[in-house]
Amino acid sequence: MMKKIATRDAYGRALAQLGGEKADVVVLDADLAKSTKTIDFAKVYPDRFFDMGIAEQNLMGTAAGLAAVGKIPFASTFAMFATGRAFEQIRNSIAYPKLNVKIAATHAGITVGEDGASHQTVEDIALMRVLPNLTVIVPADGPETEGAIRWAAEHKGPVYIRLGRLGVPVINDEASYQFTPGKAVTLRQGKDVSLIATGLMVSVALEAAEALAAEGIEAEVLNIHTIKPIDAEAILDSAARTGCVVTAEEHSVIGGLGSAVAEVLGEGQPVPMGRVGLKDTFGESGKPDELLKKYGLTADAVANAARRAMARKG
Amino acid sequence: MSEAITQRLESTARQIRRHIIAMTHAASSGHPGGSLSAADMVTALFFKEMRIDPQNPQWPDRDRFVLGKGHAAPVLYAALAERGFFPAEELKGLRQAGHFLQGHPDMKKVPGVDMSTGSLGQGLSAAVGMALGLRLDNKDARVWAILGDGELQEGQVWEAAMAAAHYKLDKLAIFIDDNGLQIDGPVKEVMSSYPIVDKFQAFGWNVIEIDGHSMTAILEAIETAKAVTGRPTCIVSHTVKGKGVSFMEDQVGWHGTAPNAEQAAIALKELQ
Ligand SMILES: Cc1ncc(C[n+]2csc(CCOP(=O)(O)OP(=O)(O)O)c2C)c(N)n1
Repeated sequence: MMKKIATRDAYGRALAQLGGEKADVVVLDADLAKSTKTIDFAKVYPDRFFDMGIAEQNLMGTAAGLAAVGKIPFASTFAMFATGRAFEQIRNSIAYPKLNVKIAATHAGITVGEDGASHQTVEDIALMRVLPNLTVIVPADGPETEGAIRWAAEHKGPVYIRLGRLGVPVINDEASYQFTPGKAVTLRQGKDVSLIATGLMVSVALEAAEALAAEGIEAEVLNIHTIKPIDAEAILDSAARTGCVVTAEEHSVIGGLGSAVAEVLGEGQPVPMGRVGLKDTFGESGKPDELLKKYGLTADAVANAARRAMARKG
Repeated sequence: MSEAITQRLESTARQIRRHIIAMTHAASSGHPGGSLSAADMVTALFFKEMRIDPQNPQWPDRDRFVLGKGHAAPVLYAALAERGFFPAEELKGLRQAGHFLQGHPDMKKVPGVDMSTGSLGQGLSAAVGMALGLRLDNKDARVWAILGDGELQEGQVWEAAMAAAHYKLDKLAIFIDDNGLQIDGPVKEVMSSYPIVDKFQAFGWNVIEIDGHSMTAILEAIETAKAVTGRPTCIVSHTVKGKGVSFMEDQVGWHGTAPNAEQAAIALKELQ
């Protein structure tokens, strides 16, 4: 059994460490500090933690103001409310003036589970990736989250980091992993099909590749942790070698990673393609694993999509 | 306050109003009404109160200003130009493609602009963040903002008002440009934001009510705001939209319409 950790937990841990290293880091939350794990920072650095109450628009605007006077604010709440409720605040108060705000949004996707569709954002990648100046990161596991958070604190400019509630397998080496923004990580090389995944679907894609290998299919697995700017070079290069692509994300297939990859391929290297993700539907209440199965976010589904894509190769 | 200072400021305010007319006329677009109503408050802040340095617009210890009602950009640009942040010549470039004076304030393009605004309701939140950040750094810089009375209809304003009082931001003070008009008509008919005084008081603010065209009253209110500790101050300024230009005063139609050559000439004459 692989070790598991939720990316939100890694976030809390990274914040608490950063707090000691960078005096300008401040953290804001909207009455969800225990859930988003910003509480880990609040406990150690109460003076630099601001609970803004249940007021997400003001959360983003206040973070913008803090950045405007030189602070490095991490603004956190559930991804649903961060990107949905406060979309225009992120656009006009943060992205447009290019302010140094880090939006760390937890509980993204359907694996937030029992709370149901009102809390399951499967649109946030689409909403954030359309905004100029904003870097969009979806870490695949704990070490990658910590790397991304550390990088974000150093980087000058707005960053959106999508995090999850559910424990996910640790696929990167905790001691040695280096987060490189904008660079895809090739986790497995292959010549028959490219599996391009983000977030918790990266480990699912690795599982799918394992299953395909048993049939003699060599799947390449790319982890796209930075959705924007996307690593077009790595995507085109992999597609050129394998001749077909399958994307996998815990997000709507409309506007997310699948769309981003399709845009890159469409302009540079059209190949047969399949997209695994939510098929233009809201989620529902249930256990994360049940939901992943019901909505087709499984290794089986990825492997099937790979076989279909391979069948369409010329 | 000495008579001489007040008179000097009144004359500067007139000059700023002339710029507002000239620049919106040159652009053939823009918002003269709400710019003219805010001219006296902006003048008091930029020419008397705020510690700012035109030679060093990013000076970290400076006081900050946020124009919540960002459509009144002409009044802010006029003040910045008169104050020496850029040549007054540039005001003609307002809203022209390729020119730095955007239709709404852009902090990345215009020296002296501390926050990009234009989407109503977002400015006060930024001011709250600035006040929190400056306090963390033990700076005694103040944060000033001007909001519209129509702008108060945005829910985010009240989220920010709650936060400002909760965090006891006594270095933050705002003016409400209470000119009674918005785009679709009188504020009290479209969606009343009144009574403004009671609302801010209930939110825990120190509130002052003044005639927003009396330079003396504005300067006094600023001093009062600065003396208050433990809470932010809201200065509810009774103003007249289009103030200073007879045919624009209190006219809804002059919210976002630029004067033509003939109208501009009359307005400039009235503002001598
Ligand atoms: C969020 C948002 N909604 C609508 C507008 C369009 N708009 C520009 S000015 C204005 C009326 C503003 O009224 P008020 O705040 O009273 O300003 P003033 O009368 O002082 O110009 C509106 C609705 C906007 N800029 N932002």
